[in-house]
Amino acid sequence: MAKQSIIPFGPQHPVLPEPIHLDLVLEDEKVVEAIPSIGFVHRGLESLVDKKDFNEMTYVIERTCGICSFMHGMGYCESIEKIMQVEVPDRGRYLRTIWAEMSRVHSHLLWLGLLADAFGFESLFYQCWRMREKVLDLFEMTTGGRCIFSVNKVGGVLKDIDDIMLQTIKVTLEDLAAELRIVSKTFMKDYTVESRLRGVGILTKEQAHNLGAAGPFARASGIKMDMRTTGYAAYGDLDFDIITSDECDSYGRCEVRIHEIFQAIDLIGQCIDKMPKGDIATIVKGNPNGEAFVRMEQPRGEAVYFSKANGSKFLERMRVRTPTFANIPGLLETLKGADFADVPLLILTIDPCISCTER
Amino acid sequence: MGNVKRSPWLLHYDGSSCNGCDIEVLACLTPVYDAERFGIINTGDPMQADIFLITGGINKANQEVVRQLYNQMPRPKVVVAVGVCACTGGVFKECYNIIGGADTTIPVDIYVPGCAARPQAIIDGIVKAIALWQEKANNPEYVHAMYESQEEKEEKAEKEENK
Repeated sequence: MAKQSIIPFGPQHPVLPEPIHLDLVLEDEKVVEAIPSIGFVHRGLESLVDKKDFNEMTYVIERTCGICSFMHGMGYCESIEKIMQVEVPDRGRYLRTIWAEMSRVHSHLLWLGLLADAFGFESLFYQCWRMREKVLDLFEMTTGGRCIFSVNKVGGVLKDIDDIMLQTIKVTLEDLAAELRIVSKTFMKDYTVESRLRGVGILTKEQAHNLGAAGPFARASGIKMDMRTTGYAAYGDLDFDIITSDECDSYGRCEVRIHEIFQAIDLIGQCIDKMPKGDIATIVKGNPNGEAFVRMEQPRGEAVYFSKANGSKFLERMRVRTPTFANIPGLLETLKGADFADVPLLILTIDPCISCTER
Repeated sequence: MGNVKRSPWLLHYDGSSCNGCDIEVLACLTPVYDAERFGIINTGDPMQADIFLITGGINKANQEVVRQLYNQMPRPKVVVAVGVCACTGGVFKECYNIIGGADTTIPVDIYVPGCAARPQAIIDGIVKAIALWQEKANNPEYVHAMYESQEEKEEKAEKEENK
């Protein structure tokens, strides 16, 4: 038997935009075990419920993560709306859906770029990020921000999108889809890319189910699970299928995410076609009292928001469970038996968002 | 070391930011904003880096990491705090686990405000950092201080005390 050695990985590592530390137990070039230690990004954001009232908390919760910030704010608002039994107007629900799906497009494009960077395909990385800027421009035009939008509020949204802008969004995203179709050929059919992705980091359907994987990571192992089918926001009125793949490897995860971008663009188109007229928010009076539990499909998987209120301005407890946290056990399973050179790639395939996980 | 003209290397570390500033820093390096046209290049190795971009506040877990990264960088070095969290602690200032901005741990030269900092502001910070880095590299006193041994430093400190 070969001698075992431990290689520290992270927290500062060229491939990781965020700090996570892994102790990799190696036997020659094979990983035997990976021991994670997290806590580098822990801020204690949930404790701010004591200091900020429930309306201000919307903006704090948005800053859980800069990539899926819109959906964090939306999940929190929905949980408070559930407690206060506030009905969000139709137009508000549709606007939320449009922004949520645009977040998905930009998050998946970001991930594709980072993946290309991880296997050393720099020009592909640049192409993905160039396309992503188009979505960010749309965000800037509609909300004013590029990463943190602050357009959610309890009871609806703060900003409206007019008809001309809606058409601009539709046209821009259709152009984007055409460009993405060309780039996705490189991801799906290029020989060198396939050789890095196929058969790497296998997680079977059974393992994924037992380890509680979430989001595209679980769907790439053939699990049909998508919280959007529960019909929050405007998803109940839209027509879509759950995208899954039976590849169970890194290639499958890439495939699922690419198809999800097209699906998101399609969903935005449906929203724009069906966009109802009317108010964008209802006026909310009083303080919340009670507790609520909301599940939501983020770009990375299922997120859970729990709020507990006691009738005062300040909440008693706010809790977020994020998808990366659910995916870390699955990641450790895929790392066992992997080559050392594949470790950065495998960490990326769960689309880690450490600042969500640690808050 | 004198007469450094351009091409500093850049190191980026995410303190405890929300990712917003991180992806903006990365967006700066990609074609649309392309900060690399100023001659910088992004590196993952602190031992070859000249400019240190830090995003997010400092907490107890990453304080040692930040300090170590800073100490590993060769002099002259410039530190840029990107985003309001790295400047002061920002919205998380009142959180129990946040000590404060990056300047609680390492000396910061340039502050870039914003939540999240916009790419234009980050590029402005980088350009200022390049100028400061050149100034430091061409300053004879600073360069001399780099090559002082520990004994010389102690001697100097003693002399000043005697005065």
